[in-house]
Amino acid sequence: MSVVRIMLDPVACDAYGYCAELLPEAISLDELGYPVVDGKPLPPELAAAARRAVRDCPRRAITLRERPGGH
Amino acid sequence: MVSVDQTVAAPGRYRILGHPADLAGHAAALGPLPLPRSPGRDWREAFVGSLEASGLTGRGGAGFPAAIKLAVNRAAGSGGTIVVNAMEGEPASDKDKLLLIRSPHLVLDGAQLLAAVTRAAQVIVCVPEGREQVAAVVAHAMAERAAARWAPVPEQLVRPPDRFVAGEESALVRWIETGRSLPSFRPDKGTPLRIGRRSALIHNAETLAHVGMIARFGPDAFRSNGTTDDPGTSLVTISGAVEHPGVVEVARGTALLDIAARATPLGPPRALLVGGYGGCWVGPDNFTTPYASLPLRTVGASAGVGVLIVLGRESCGLAESARLVHYLAGESAGQCGPCVYGLPAIADDVTRLARGTADSDLLPRLDRRLREVSGRGACRHPDGAVSLVRSALTVFQADVQAHARGVPCPHWNRPTRMRFPVGIGAA
Repeated sequence: MSVVRIMLDPVACDAYGYCAELLPEAISLDELGYPVVDGKPLPPELAAAARRAVRDCPRRAITLRERPGGH
Repeated sequence: MVSVDQTVAAPGRYRILGHPADLAGHAAALGPLPLPRSPGRDWREAFVGSLEASGLTGRGGAGFPAAIKLAVNRAAGSGGTIVVNAMEGEPASDKDKLLLIRSPHLVLDGAQLLAAVTRAAQVIVCVPEGREQVAAVVAHAMAERAAARWAPVPEQLVRPPDRFVAGEESALVRWIETGRSLPSFRPDKGTPLRIGRRSALIHNAETLAHVGMIARFGPDAFRSNGTTDDPGTSLVTISGAVEHPGVVEVARGTALLDIAARATPLGPPRALLVGGYGGCWVGPDNFTTPYASLPLRTVGASAGVGVLIVLGRESCGLAESARLVHYLAGESAGQCGPCVYGLPAIADDVTRLARGTADSDLLPRLDRRLREVSGRGACRHPDGAVSLVRSALTVFQADVQAHARGVPCPHWNRPTRMRFPVGIGAA
């Protein structure tokens, strides 16, 4: 069983905020509009929305990391 | 000095400070570079085993085990670079400057030994622009070594800009590669750093001096100081409300207050700042905490970059913290939003608190900002600022409560005891 986590590149991110709109279950915005990832493993039902958030980020700042096992 | 437990001894025969600065004296005192003419596999494995047995951890801030860092780098292939990190961007730290001026050959020996074991092609020493005395000593030492055939791989001195984050290891590698001093986003720290396609092994100057000692005298000599979990000696720069600020070499595990005593505090300290400007305040209840990684962690601190600042009774810990966060905010590399915008906002909150001009939302807002900034930069620069403020809110809790009710600190506008580069620090 593998676990998927959302990885945010803080250098690339410019606070467009699309990700929080596309994936509000896992990504919120701080007071200045920079995304905050909750860090939990991504539930499988959010996989499609997460792939869309990766694709639509204008700064290519989001990646999904898949790791085998429970951590 | 008082030892805190039976496993701790004051530095005896083993020490990294106080060896001769010239090559002839260095050779007479410590013997030749402990390296066979053509180091083979057996020598390399023995060296790796010895470093592992020593338990040496990095003295540049993160405290990462040197043997693990070496294993990661060895797996990345030969022909790389050993980078000596003498950037020492922390304004309150002098230990690496002093070490290089006093014992440049011990540091360079450590770099050559790691070059041999990783089959690296060169050693690069990074001393920031403006530190001409250190650079002159290192350049002279390199010339002596080249003339005496003491350097198996070429040694080169380079001069990156003197900025706080320039010494962060990914920023240093990037500067060597591109001339731009910016930290990189590295989600997996187990990936070796590279310069071009070749691996780069970066160590703080002090760590390399220990490597030079361990290779000569063995892991047990190193372990004759310190605790079982955190062996060896380390250099600490003491400043603040003390009579004799300066650098001391102490056994790991020495009680914090005994380390401070080496610099003669001007009175009973109000608090100690441990680890540097991105470190942690420690209050009187924890002054006897041993200076070793596990005990420090239980009080929320770490040895960090080996800085100990004594806060006197006449100083306000919150006002000093506010100045430090303003300084750290100004030293952001400017890449990550949470650091660029979060640190000035946090600095502003802490300043208002110290001045007694807090609004009723300040404490919950500050708490939220600290949570939001932590762990969200490419490097750990913002995390240091968060650690500093969090510890200030705990250690100076009584002051925080009074100031939040609008009572300003009577000491908030006193001149700072902290050291800042010229032209910085007026908060």
